[in-house]
Amino acid sequence: MSSETDTQFTPAGDPTRRLPGVEGVWVFVIADMTVFAVLFGSFIVSRHHNPALFEASRHALNPNFGGVNTLILVTSSWFAALALDAVRKSRFVLAQRFIGGALLCGLAFMVSKAVEYTEKLNAGISLLTNDFFMYYFTLTGIHLFHVVAGIVVLVVLWFMARSRSFDPERPVVLECGAIYWHMVDLLWIILFPLLYLVR
Amino acid sequence: MELLCKPVSIVWAALMLATCASTWLLSKNSVAPEVATVAIMLVAAVKVRLVMSHFMEVRRAPLALRLVCDGWLLAVTALIVTVYLV
Repeated sequence: MSSETDTQFTPAGDPTRRLPGVEGVWVFVIADMTVFAVLFGSFIVSRHHNPALFEASRHALNPNFGGVNTLILVTSSWFAALALDAVRKSRFVLAQRFIGGALLCGLAFMVSKAVEYTEKLNAGISLLTNDFFMYYFTLTGIHLFHVVAGIVVLVVLWFMARSRSFDPERPVVLECGAIYWHMVDLLWIILFPLLYLVR
Repeated sequence: MELLCKPVSIVWAALMLATCASTWLLSKNSVAPEVATVAIMLVAAVKVRLVMSHFMEVRRAPLALRLVCDGWLLAVTALIVTVYLV
């Protein structure tokens, strides 16, 4: 058999490359990220028109909240990646623990955000205070909605890991859930410095 | 120990360190605002690239997805940094 004959049956493209999850989740994730890109652009353009107001308002934010929340979400993302790795090795009990860790981090982010919002509202700062805080509450609010949705996804994944419902060869549902959760993380990685640290 | 030697764990440690550096070092008033802001946004871009490549497994995905993800990151970073500096 010649090598020429062998290559006739080689599938097109690099066979070592594989799309994680399914196409649909990537369409959703890219569309969502595009909406956020527009919002990030809108914020920085508004800041450009009124830098003094945005800089003065930024000082009312506590960067410790934003920094700690970033550490929480990054750790949560890590747990999701470890859970996927565990399922691929058929270690379902371990995967369940990692999904539980990701879930707890998500809840910790929500609690931290609630404390931060309460602090702002008690100080008389709201969505209507000025343009900066309109962006602050809108952007972090939309992001928080994504976190809440992600927590629901993680609860479903936790039960699926408990009942060993994933195929270790191709755990598509877990891959899709993890991709979404990582997107929530990466959007915050940009949102945090944009709101709290740009000066 | 086995857990901490995994590539995703090394990426996690890098993300944690980069977050601490941006939040509690680069944001200090002793760093010039323009330098700090650009550095912080570039660190954020590197962090996002790490999340995409290693956590979302984009580095092993088909070329089209890698281009879309890198294109998004490049567009967002360039937009923020350019408008800020203009």
